[in-house]
Amino acid sequence: MPVITYRDALNEALHEEMARDDRVFVCGEDVSGGAGGTSGEREASGGIFGVTAGLLPRFGEDRVIDTPISENTIVGMAAGASLAGKRGVAEIMFADFLSLALDQTMNQAAKFRYMSGGKMGCPVVIRVPYGAGMNMAAQHSQAMYQIATSVPGLKVVLPSNPADAKGLLKSAIRDEDPVVFFEHKAMYGRKGEVAEGEHLVPFGQAALLNEGDDVTVVAMGRMVVFAQKALAGLVEDGVGVDLIDIRTTSPLDEDAILDSVEKTGRLVVVDECPPRCSVAADIGAFVASQGFSSLKAPVELVTAPHAPVPFAKDLERAYVPGPAAIDAAVRRVAAYR
Amino acid sequence: MAIQQSEDQLLRAYRQMKTIREFEERLHKEIMTGEIAGFTHLYSGQEAVAVGVCEHLDEKDLIVSTHRGHGHCIAKGCDVKAMMAEIYGRATGLCKGKGGSMHIADFDKGMLGANGIVGAGGPLAVGAGLSAKLDGDGRVAVSFGGDGSVNQGAVLEAMNMAVVVKAPVIFVIENNGYSEHTGADYAVGSRDIAGRSEAFGMKAIKADGSDYFAVYDAMAELLDHARAGRGPCTAEFMTTRFFGHFEGDPQKYRAKDEVKRHREEMDCLKNFRERTAGVLSAAALDAIDDDVLALIDEAVDEARAAPGPGADDVVTDVYATYQ
Repeated sequence: MPVITYRDALNEALHEEMARDDRVFVCGEDVSGGAGGTSGEREASGGIFGVTAGLLPRFGEDRVIDTPISENTIVGMAAGASLAGKRGVAEIMFADFLSLALDQTMNQAAKFRYMSGGKMGCPVVIRVPYGAGMNMAAQHSQAMYQIATSVPGLKVVLPSNPADAKGLLKSAIRDEDPVVFFEHKAMYGRKGEVAEGEHLVPFGQAALLNEGDDVTVVAMGRMVVFAQKALAGLVEDGVGVDLIDIRTTSPLDEDAILDSVEKTGRLVVVDECPPRCSVAADIGAFVASQGFSSLKAPVELVTAPHAPVPFAKDLERAYVPGPAAIDAAVRRVAAYR
Repeated sequence: MAIQQSEDQLLRAYRQMKTIREFEERLHKEIMTGEIAGFTHLYSGQEAVAVGVCEHLDEKDLIVSTHRGHGHCIAKGCDVKAMMAEIYGRATGLCKGKGGSMHIADFDKGMLGANGIVGAGGPLAVGAGLSAKLDGDGRVAVSFGGDGSVNQGAVLEAMNMAVVVKAPVIFVIENNGYSEHTGADYAVGSRDIAGRSEAFGMKAIKADGSDYFAVYDAMAELLDHARAGRGPCTAEFMTTRFFGHFEGDPQKYRAKDEVKRHREEMDCLKNFRERTAGVLSAAALDAIDDDVLALIDEAVDEARAAPGPGADDVVTDVYATYQ
């Protein structure tokens, strides 16, 4: 199987889905880049992170639309076209800018099916590069997925590896509901095996990446990578870990989490967002309520602190939940008697 | 100007305007009984705009509406009884009672929904127009909005985006003089919505929105432009609303006799009867009046008698699939 980057896996998904279905179009700031420039180079960017590279030369300006800096209308245009029979894939350059597009995302796209009594669907995909780790500071580093996860009507996806990046994006584009698709900026260069051609990963199905009897670790997005890093030392010391990558925070694979906690009795949830009203808090509360009789230790939440993302390298390192914090939390719950 | 439309077309337009008027006047009465819950924003006074615009459209053309959307729904062909049932919150409503007055939608009629967020329809209309452009079939999208909406960033973004992507969108701005309880002459800094639209690089027309024929003719010109692929345009129609911003609005911001005066001087139905005096018989129009009143009576009776949705319906229609 070819080994490619997370970026190329996403790019492959877009190429394949645009070739498969001519209703699919992409729009966003600099998705091609170069429109109106003086160099004459029409694809001058291919997306700020290169995810949409090669789409313009292959599919043309009608389906690869460079937009003004107007996030609310980027999402609204993609949503409106998706109401009217197309499959819009909007790119919001940084997840932080979802704040500018929240009306179209949460008041419009998310609610059309419900408000119309099921008569109108809005199969739009909103791609949002997210996350800390690149010293981009407080307005270009947030994780933001807890906000999207809290909105009924939206589906929320966070691939943790190149294979899932491709398989989940293809599923998102084919989905009948609006999807907010979180791509971690620090993972674009990560490599992994990715199947060529048709490769679909369904929503709401967690991946069990490691099996062990002592502690359940639930993670999403880049936090899965850090949990995997923490695994080696834990296994060496005889701590058995079930590592669950939930892949989609909405829908959530509740069964996978409950089944594992039934076995281990101990839960650590790792989440890049700040703790209040987070996915970690949500899963912790869910297990405390539905899996109470299985629990042998308090649930541990490993999250960012209740603070904006800082700039300085040292501060940002201290901010992002990493392998050391995961290792410590797992050992605490494993030792709890 | 001589009237170009056929007798059938004229009678149809009158019926549509009259239906909107009586739908709203009846709602105004029924709301007093307390049987209708929530916010309702009535369209009485602005009928010539919805009908003058939508008479040019067919079901494949798309419209995006506003919180004051009943008129746009009726003009675009939504079922009047199902609309009434929706406003009463019934299971038989157009949206099964889940949308209500502010969210009536009917995709089959090309009506992409009333909207509770002022200005939100602008970006959606650009998307609907983009879809039409990609299909290249001459369809257009119409974005209805009020004078209040042109001060929302979403509409300004949408106007620029429509010009940039050359989407066949007509921004129909109904200037009824008030953004909720604040005068448009105060809130629209330039006091010139058509001029503001032109500054985005699109064709714009300003016309009398209480005159069906002025609306119809302005739209004919703009639709020729948009359907020919020459990009978006704007129509600013000067109009008035006969009721408050929402039902229950005491309208302290309006001069004491303003509504009375507007009902006398800016009534599009009265205006239409005068303009068509030599073409249509008063008897034919009176017969339409009777039909419409009977239809509204039936709509209210049926809505009252219809069952409400069940509690199980709270969680249906959130997603197509969710597991």
